[in-house]
Amino acid sequence: MERSAVFWIVRDTYVLIVRSLRHIFKNLDQLMALVIQPIMFMLLFRYVFGGAINTGSTTYVNYLVAGILIQMAAFGAMTTSLNVAADLQRGIIDRLKSLPIASSAVMTGHVVADLVRNVLSSIILIAISLLVGFSPTASIQDWLLITAILLLFTLAFSWLAAIIGLLARTVEAVQWISFVLVFPLTFASSAFVPTKGMPEVLRIFAENQPVTHVIEAMRSLMVGTPMNDHALLSAIWCIGITVICVPIASYLFRKHSTK
Amino acid sequence: MSDNDPIIARGLKKSFKNVDVLDGIDLRVERGTVLALLGPNGAGKTTTIRILSTLLPPDGGQALVNGFDVVREAKQVRRSIGLTGQYAAVDEYLTGRENLEMMGKLYHLSSNDSKRRAIQLLEEFDLSEAANRIAKTYSGGMRRRLDLALSLVATPPILFLDEPTTGLDPRSRLAIWDRIEKLVYDGTTILLTTQYLDEADKLADRIVVIDHGRVIAEGTSNELKSNVGNERLELVLPTEEEVRKTIEALRTEVLRQEDNRTITVAVDGSITHVKKILDLLQNSAIEVESFTLHKPTLDDVFLQLTGHEATAAETEEDKIK
Repeated sequence: MERSAVFWIVRDTYVLIVRSLRHIFKNLDQLMALVIQPIMFMLLFRYVFGGAINTGSTTYVNYLVAGILIQMAAFGAMTTSLNVAADLQRGIIDRLKSLPIASSAVMTGHVVADLVRNVLSSIILIAISLLVGFSPTASIQDWLLITAILLLFTLAFSWLAAIIGLLARTVEAVQWISFVLVFPLTFASSAFVPTKGMPEVLRIFAENQPVTHVIEAMRSLMVGTPMNDHALLSAIWCIGITVICVPIASYLFRKHSTK
Repeated sequence: MSDNDPIIARGLKKSFKNVDVLDGIDLRVERGTVLALLGPNGAGKTTTIRILSTLLPPDGGQALVNGFDVVREAKQVRRSIGLTGQYAAVDEYLTGRENLEMMGKLYHLSSNDSKRRAIQLLEEFDLSEAANRIAKTYSGGMRRRLDLALSLVATPPILFLDEPTTGLDPRSRLAIWDRIEKLVYDGTTILLTTQYLDEADKLADRIVVIDHGRVIAEGTSNELKSNVGNERLELVLPTEEEVRKTIEALRTEVLRQEDNRTITVAVDGSITHVKKILDLLQNSAIEVESFTLHKPTLDDVFLQLTGHEATAAETEEDKIK
């Protein structure tokens, strides 16, 4: 039966999404590795550092959750780099490229699995934060918006991660590159402490980089801190990063074989 | 040979960082036959396969696979081929069955056909019992079998096998050979690379020997061997005295003395000739402890063609990676 090209692109993508989703459940260690560190950070900042940090009228635990969630999402998105690099190293990319399928399907599979993985790990983290005193004021509608922002952020970072995976080639290289990228972006932000106490240059960077906007937007929806234009700027940043990264990743994936 | 041959390469060139990995490779594989690309590491075998399977564009030259140009008509080429790379490219976190079913769907078989084909291939490759275990738990031999099965999901008419048995134990190796022979019997055209001379000898209809990105010899296994020289009869004698007597009796036919109890005699390989020599020794009352008839091996071929042994690794490709 002759089907349209679009049909096959959708089906190829679906088949590879199923593949990547299976990885989540057959490689639960990866999910655990993703959740454990944020949980430790949560407890560390909540109980050890939190008492010394002034977050104004918001309690520290309420301030903290949005930051930790986004840091986890950023590191979680880097799982795409790891999985892409592992596919390259094991020759799976070669095999898939020798098939008559759409070049974007493999990457899309990894990225969608990232979205699902991040939603799962976020649910675990929020459940634990409720145990240690997190008291959100968000309505159902707010939670839907929070989910949307989280997904948009994960999408942008996963595509960025796909590029890193394709360029780094090895799992070992991905590990340090993603650390160097995610660590400053999430700590030089309003994730753990308000930016107003930071030195001038750092403060300007922290207040204008995408991670801060995303965190501030989520925090506002969760516990009612001022929204300003954070939601709009988050959306612009995330969509912008995605739009730039998707074609680059697809190009690299096709071109990649020059080894 | 005709223009309809399923694999045709003319003057393929490729260089990485100014190192010429392929320096004008010409190949032709006739339908339903096996061509072995034989050469040491870094000779350009893998690069050739990657170009023919559309993974890598050539810098120069042209290649047609199933009549389609590997650069301009890559998609049609991909529909005609199966590829098994040097590393067993199986998805470790999927089961054998899931790996096969996924590949079926990516070859655009229906869901049911994918399932049926998976069951069939699991059976054929002796993996039925392990079908529902994730591939991470498979042994090296099982992974290779699954890998080969994956490249056969769409029953491609043309198959590229890059060192299909490297690193396998002898039993697994025989199992893979067995599968390959069955495929050829069913009409598949195969291009395989190997650095094992016995593998080329066993499986290939024709052999192309490459070294430093060039074809240095081509022919059937027997043709290549006959270039190297005649067959020889090796005689082991009980004492040095018997050796001296033998040399005297056979005179000009003695090729050389290997050590103080072994001598080599040139023969044409026929029973008559061997019998004549043994009769002569018997008539001279010379006791022979043992004898062996040596055909020239592809090792001999390689040594003579390249001046170095097949196993002397030159890893240009590896260095670049």
